[in-house]
Amino acid sequence: MSQGADIVVTGRTTDTGLTLAPMIHEFGWHADAWDKLAAGTVAGHILECGGQASGGNFLGDWRSVPDLDRIGFPIAEASPDGTIVITKHEGSGGLVSSATVKEQLLYEIGDPRTYITPDCIADFTTIQVADIARDRVRVDGVKGRPATDSYKVSMAYLDGYTAFGTLTYSWPEAVAKAQAADAILRKRLKAAGLQFEEIRTELLGHSSSHGHHSLASPNQDEVVLRIGVRAKDPAAVERFGREIAPLILTGPPTVTGFAGGRPKPSEVISYWPALIPKSAVRPIVQILES
Amino acid sequence: MRVQLFDLCHGRSGDKGDTANVGIIVRRPEYYAFVQEYVTAERVKTYFGNMVEGTVERFELPNLGALNFLLHQALGGGGTRSLKNDAQGKTLAAALLRMELEIPDTVKLDRSTGSKHGQ
Repeated sequence: MSQGADIVVTGRTTDTGLTLAPMIHEFGWHADAWDKLAAGTVAGHILECGGQASGGNFLGDWRSVPDLDRIGFPIAEASPDGTIVITKHEGSGGLVSSATVKEQLLYEIGDPRTYITPDCIADFTTIQVADIARDRVRVDGVKGRPATDSYKVSMAYLDGYTAFGTLTYSWPEAVAKAQAADAILRKRLKAAGLQFEEIRTELLGHSSSHGHHSLASPNQDEVVLRIGVRAKDPAAVERFGREIAPLILTGPPTVTGFAGGRPKPSEVISYWPALIPKSAVRPIVQILES
Repeated sequence: MRVQLFDLCHGRSGDKGDTANVGIIVRRPEYYAFVQEYVTAERVKTYFGNMVEGTVERFELPNLGALNFLLHQALGGGGTRSLKNDAQGKTLAAALLRMELEIPDTVKLDRSTGSKHGQ
């Protein structure tokens, strides 16, 4: 960036690094200024999911968020001392408050004392968040610790196949019919001698999200039966897809919602995270045009 | 009085592999002590029952009036392996906020998130 790059193209990098790097460049922060690097990293965590920090997906009080159709994405105004102000463009929709920022701070974190990036370790238990004006939230006090001596490696590998079938059952006895259809399908898959690693049945609109804590009623108006399968053999998954449509003509009544056609097998890409010593990796910066 | 955790807190949840994280944040600072005392890792594990196959860890963030829970083996394998509709655990924060607890009758309930500059 000091050579005047307009665009920086990278390989795999951290989301937070995209926000931290311009601060390091602009303020001349040293590579061991751990508190400042942690502050920039926290700013990056707040920005990395876009509108999730400015009123999107806000469980605190979603009705209080205006004009989500033209939501303003969060902006981090950074200072050389590491103080950050989160805001958004004047006149845009959405909401930036301490509550929207806190929800995003807690999003997809592990041990809050040890938020590890290649650049530093940020301690989220030191972050101070305060509303300072409408749509302006100050974030400061962030403490950091030295980076670890390893990088994260994200490996992915082919790990079988899945497919999902959905059918909608209406009143009367929507739930009982969906459960009966599920039982029929499972018997047929078993009779066909197919091997699956897992068959999972969920009733959308009934209990799929909150399980036994749902206010599910056996008398509700309609329910979506969703069945997923996973197998090493794509032929088994393909055959499962052929077994959904027959349920419409040969299973329980008041069934609909099969406009999408036969479920197709998709590859399962499993994830294998690992660490590699930083000493084994040599970053190279190449200037394409000066 | 008996209240729902949602009366006291808001929150957000997401995934890291087969682990779901559930962050909850008090709506008013005076709620933190009740939530910190009642919503233990053990209670959360019992509450979710067979929805969480692994252990539950709890971390405290008093600076944000927040608790962060890690629900291990809660997402049916996670990533593209999972057959769950909510494979990222996006609705699990709301699921936890349905938990009920007893607090003193003198506590004032306020479901707003308390930002004096908010709309």
